[in-house]
Amino acid sequence: MPYRLLRFALQSEYSEPRMFRSPERVQDQYDVVIIGGGGHGLAAAYYLAHEHNITNVAVLEKGYIGGGGTGRNTAIVRSNYLTPEGTRFYQASLELFQDLSRQLDYNLFYSERGHFTLAHSPASMRTQRWRAEVNKQLGIDSEVVDTAFIQREIPELDITCGGHQAPVHGALYHPPGAVARHDAVAWAYARGADQRGVEIHQQTEVTDIEVRDGKVAGVHTNKGFIKTRKVLSAVAGWTTHITDMVGIRTPLIVHPLQAMVSEALKPWLNHIVVSASLHLYVSQSSRGELITGASLDPYELISSRSTLEFVEGLGGHMLDLFPCLGDIKVLRQWAGLCDMTPDFSPVMGTTPVGGFYIDGGWGTWGFKATPISGNTMAWTVAQDKNHELIEAFKLSRFTNFSLVGEKGAASVGH
Amino acid sequence: MNLRLPPQPGEWIDRSRPMAFRFEGRDYQGYFGDLISSALWANGVHMQGRSFKYHRPRGIYSLAGHDANAVFEDETRTNIRGDQVGLRSGMDLRAVNTRGGLDRDRLSIVDRFSKLMPVGFYYKAFHTPRWLFPRYEKQIRQIAGLGAIRAGRTAQLTPKGYGFCQLLVVGAGPSGLSAALAAADQGVDVLLVDEHAHLGGSLSWQSGGDEKSREVYQELVNLVQAHQRITVRTKTQVAGCYADLWVALVDDVRLTKLRAQAMVVASGVMEQPAVFGNNDLPGVMLASAAQRLIHLYAVKPWQQCVTLAANSDGYRAALDLHRAGISVAAVVDLRDDAGDCYFAAQVRQAGIRVLMGSMIYEAVPGAGKRSIRGAVVCPLGEDGCRRESQSQVIDCDGIAMSVGWAPAGAPLYQVGGKFSYDPTVEQLVPRELPRNVFAAGRVRGVFGLDDRLMDGRRAGLEAAQKLGHGSDELPAKISVVGPAPSHPYPIFRHTKKKNFVELDEDLHFIDLVNAHQEGFDNIELIKRYSTVGMGPSQGKIANMNAVRVLARLNGDSIDQTGTTTSRPFHQPVPFEYLAGRRFHPTRRTPMHRWHQKTQAEFIHAGSWLRPEYYANAGQDRETSILQEARHVREYAGLMDVSTLGKIEVAGPDAVTFLERIYTGRFAKQTTGKLRYVLACDEMGVVIDDGVAVRLSDNHFYVTATTSGAAAVYREMLRWALIWDLDVQLVDVTGHLAAMNLAGPQSREVLQKLTSVDVSPEGFPFLGVRRGEVAGVPASLMRVGFVGELGYEIHVPAGYAAHVWEEIMRAGASSKVRPFGVEAQRLLRLEKGHLIVGQDTDALTNPYEANMAWAVARKKQFFVGQRTLQILNERPLTRKLVGVKMAPGYRGPFPEESHLIIEQGEMIGRVTSFAPQSTLGYGLGLVFVHPDRSEAGTKVRICVDRGAEIEAEIAPTPFYDPDDLRQK
Repeated sequence: MPYRLLRFALQSEYSEPRMFRSPERVQDQYDVVIIGGGGHGLAAAYYLAHEHNITNVAVLEKGYIGGGGTGRNTAIVRSNYLTPEGTRFYQASLELFQDLSRQLDYNLFYSERGHFTLAHSPASMRTQRWRAEVNKQLGIDSEVVDTAFIQREIPELDITCGGHQAPVHGALYHPPGAVARHDAVAWAYARGADQRGVEIHQQTEVTDIEVRDGKVAGVHTNKGFIKTRKVLSAVAGWTTHITDMVGIRTPLIVHPLQAMVSEALKPWLNHIVVSASLHLYVSQSSRGELITGASLDPYELISSRSTLEFVEGLGGHMLDLFPCLGDIKVLRQWAGLCDMTPDFSPVMGTTPVGGFYIDGGWGTWGFKATPISGNTMAWTVAQDKNHELIEAFKLSRFTNFSLVGEKGAASVGH
Repeated sequence: MNLRLPPQPGEWIDRSRPMAFRFEGRDYQGYFGDLISSALWANGVHMQGRSFKYHRPRGIYSLAGHDANAVFEDETRTNIRGDQVGLRSGMDLRAVNTRGGLDRDRLSIVDRFSKLMPVGFYYKAFHTPRWLFPRYEKQIRQIAGLGAIRAGRTAQLTPKGYGFCQLLVVGAGPSGLSAALAAADQGVDVLLVDEHAHLGGSLSWQSGGDEKSREVYQELVNLVQAHQRITVRTKTQVAGCYADLWVALVDDVRLTKLRAQAMVVASGVMEQPAVFGNNDLPGVMLASAAQRLIHLYAVKPWQQCVTLAANSDGYRAALDLHRAGISVAAVVDLRDDAGDCYFAAQVRQAGIRVLMGSMIYEAVPGAGKRSIRGAVVCPLGEDGCRRESQSQVIDCDGIAMSVGWAPAGAPLYQVGGKFSYDPTVEQLVPRELPRNVFAAGRVRGVFGLDDRLMDGRRAGLEAAQKLGHGSDELPAKISVVGPAPSHPYPIFRHTKKKNFVELDEDLHFIDLVNAHQEGFDNIELIKRYSTVGMGPSQGKIANMNAVRVLARLNGDSIDQTGTTTSRPFHQPVPFEYLAGRRFHPTRRTPMHRWHQKTQAEFIHAGSWLRPEYYANAGQDRETSILQEARHVREYAGLMDVSTLGKIEVAGPDAVTFLERIYTGRFAKQTTGKLRYVLACDEMGVVIDDGVAVRLSDNHFYVTATTSGAAAVYREMLRWALIWDLDVQLVDVTGHLAAMNLAGPQSREVLQKLTSVDVSPEGFPFLGVRRGEVAGVPASLMRVGFVGELGYEIHVPAGYAAHVWEEIMRAGASSKVRPFGVEAQRLLRLEKGHLIVGQDTDALTNPYEANMAWAVARKKQFFVGQRTLQILNERPLTRKLVGVKMAPGYRGPFPEESHLIIEQGEMIGRVTSFAPQSTLGYGLGLVFVHPDRSEAGTKVRICVDRGAEIEAEIAPTPFYDPDDLRQK
């Protein structure tokens, strides 16, 4: 029994402090305003204070912290991407994640499970091998495995997919693939930022951004005007809403992405399983629930409504892969917003508007990038130039046609 | 112990059908109509499960489908809810989540160490040192979770139902019944749905002290059952409501998807518990649970009980209990004054002691906390705090709680209804409902029986009017009146004992206080941190109290505090219902049987099955493929290409349309000629290719790749709409079959079967002819994908097998043999032809793929044009070129996706590779940096196990570079 738990038993009053303050009022001026109190915004605030000693920072969140993509994703972390730029970036994130519980002194339940991307066709096997080859060149633990290996690791998985779908040919296996407690990531960064002087303002909505002579001058909020020369937009699904305020065009389109969770079960699935052909990814949480997602809804929509078709499709595909789960029940379904880019890579860094920094285009791959995007965006905001790890993700790549194609590594075929 | 009561009027059990079952290894008996939990209770089994975290004994709490602690498993299913699932004969049940059985659960020790485990404790421990966490996690995972999966289980897939109705009425209580009747009387077709096996809702169990209600009940049920326009579905959950009243109904067998034109939600209320010490132990239950036990299942809940009341319903429960022979030791009323309450007067008349302005501070546990043996009752002071000195213990083995209700509002929330708190009834009530959705009865705070009947009628008539039936004049809405049936804060601190707010997740009051102290002061944050409402019942009997606690901690109103979002499902739904019995289409070409007979090995290509190669006895796959390819080069081969996408494009704007979709030009294409076509997306990325045949001025026939066919057709339809062009598109992929006759002998073979002039002059390369082949009308195309003289023959699918067999027969003397997909892939590779999707990726543009010749950059417009114009000005970053191995090289060979490495940098990638070819050496296509793309350049390919091999960049085509053979 860890010593820290004894402390709770020995004290008469519960002495745990607030993890983050709730400041009385918004100040008139900040050095940096971060729009969006999700994992990315809070992480950026934390690293600004922790690594760059910039503490006069406000994080403005229109709802509650971690309430957007951070709290709605399926919490998978991996770095087995397809392009060298993507792979390096996500690998750096994964490495930060591995030590994050210690660094933030908060147990994020970062759990390395091993990540299988199943291939159901020779074409898919080619893509998996491509990823494996690129990964290996960059020193990432990633390899193509055969069906015997998959069967040994996950005996419940039906390699034939019931005989009525294309069977599993093999998989890309990525041992460091992990899951984490997503909400806790936001809370722990919030605490770390708060402890270093950052102000977190919930229920504070940015209504407009003041730009003068091509430079940011401040933000209008439902709690008044704030003077600032630097604004970081870290709002993922709402990015286009913010970029409209400064008149920047992006190629982002927003699709809903749905997920669902089952009733809690005793542990049986120790890995993360992704099947592109079946539009499915699934892992089992530490609480025992199966956390499951699928591909994007096939239409553009800014709404987090759920659909029945989604759970029906997912139910069928779950049983194709795991026929023994017929009696297992779906508890709850939900949806989030994904700001998709044409090349399945994010949009990060400086913009044509001075002092306006963008951290968006997070589509379906935002959670796993939380630490590194916070870290590199903090650097970028502090230095007013792009961190080398995100240089490839700059907004201008769409006008320059220097895209970073990650479609082949998106977790399911979107 | 047998706690079965004598027959009760209207009971749901059938005493003529006894049922034997087992629980935790012991034999018991119940009746048809019992719930598992009611049958167990009748047998004296009060401890029915262990709680999630502390493994405390738990029994019946709501008996309304919200009990997440009486959960069982048998040989075939897990997480079976005792208060939801009917008893079946022969069931052999165990409680889930125990170690060593329910009785001696070794994990019950956790309860004693709860001080070590305050809310969120797991966030604050186990993570240092890092290497220890996986071990802790393993333990935590073992302890968490409820039931275990059944590894060998087969899913019971049932076909889904599909339904439609004018008016869906949710809930068959008095409000729902009268809504259904009112609407049906106006001529509306009504579907009335209720989760229980019988109609009546609360009328069937809440009869205490009110004889009239039973008469009303019978009369309503009779009318509804006799009504021609009302269809009734019992034992059916409204599991989820989606956009435009698309509703998921779930019964014991299947999922039914239903579209309703309008919906009346009369789903009633869910009784909410009071929070006091040990309020979770077996013996403490909601008053409504005790009433359900008595009236529906004829089970005696206790011998002696205390009723905790804060409304008239509590008095009615006391009367019910009293009449069923339970000694009601006291009614403890949280209020100072019961008002002018008819039922309270009856209770007093019955000689039951009533303690006004008092509370239950704790339940006194029996041995092992498996039962209770008393209630500690205290008066409340004016400050709302207990007067500890005046506390007394009242002996009892049960406590019935009747302190308030929360709306069963899920269907309303899910369709976008907004609720607000009405202090008149101390309840959330719907404030704003979407079009065609109505609420009636207790879900909207209307409690009196007469009021509910009128309110139901009003809602039914409103719905009917919206649907175009019935009167202009509508009865007025029934207003919500007091005294409030719910107590605003039935929650009491306990300094020592656990007082649970949430039973699913084992959260006691202090957990919420502590979470709030740590900054989780918003309803969504406190939910995520404490997990209140995240358990199997989704907080149906916890969320309201949690909101009340949080509101008080923040000093906010209930409306300011808000609620968490209600998401589907209202009750969990098994995967097998969601999946249903499905259809998995497999597409077979008309020649499939022939291929089978000829030992074809098939591969999946989307939903198609295609011959990969034809197996020869004693010969391996690679040899067979190579032989097939050689045969095409030397003699002739016949390949089934029926899976190609085939689209007819017709209309005055056909040329304009094709010029916009594809990169090439079509205006000047001659009738009777075919052209290669290439399609890009708006990023200039190659997405498909094929050929286009001009059949007449305004009529084209286009092919697409097998894998791209569906997407190309869909994109064409989309663009045709966006551009508003006068063009018709018909996907004839399944209607026509196609085969490719290729090889030097192919002309000779075809000649025997057709009157079409197939001479080189009469039917040149890239020509198209219509004529009969083997007596079947056909389109013939001179194509050259495999690099030999060849004909693609397209015929109606119904006659294709005949044509195929005739060609094989006519070709016997010319040694025609079939060849499969693999041989074709090799043959085209020898010609250096790319395959879209294999040799191109998600970013490949035509320039890097050497397809610049196919792009008419300067025409007016096509999809991707702007991008390609820009890209054309830029230097290439990679180039698709040929690569070959030295003759005689024996391996290891590269595989597709292996990388080309130079000084540690990745400068290229193999997209296609064949270790053996008809040319005698290994060859392939690679993407490589333009600087290294010159023919003759030596490159190093990193193959498996890290070995590097040398290959040479080579010009393509490898075979017949001057394209003489296909002409």
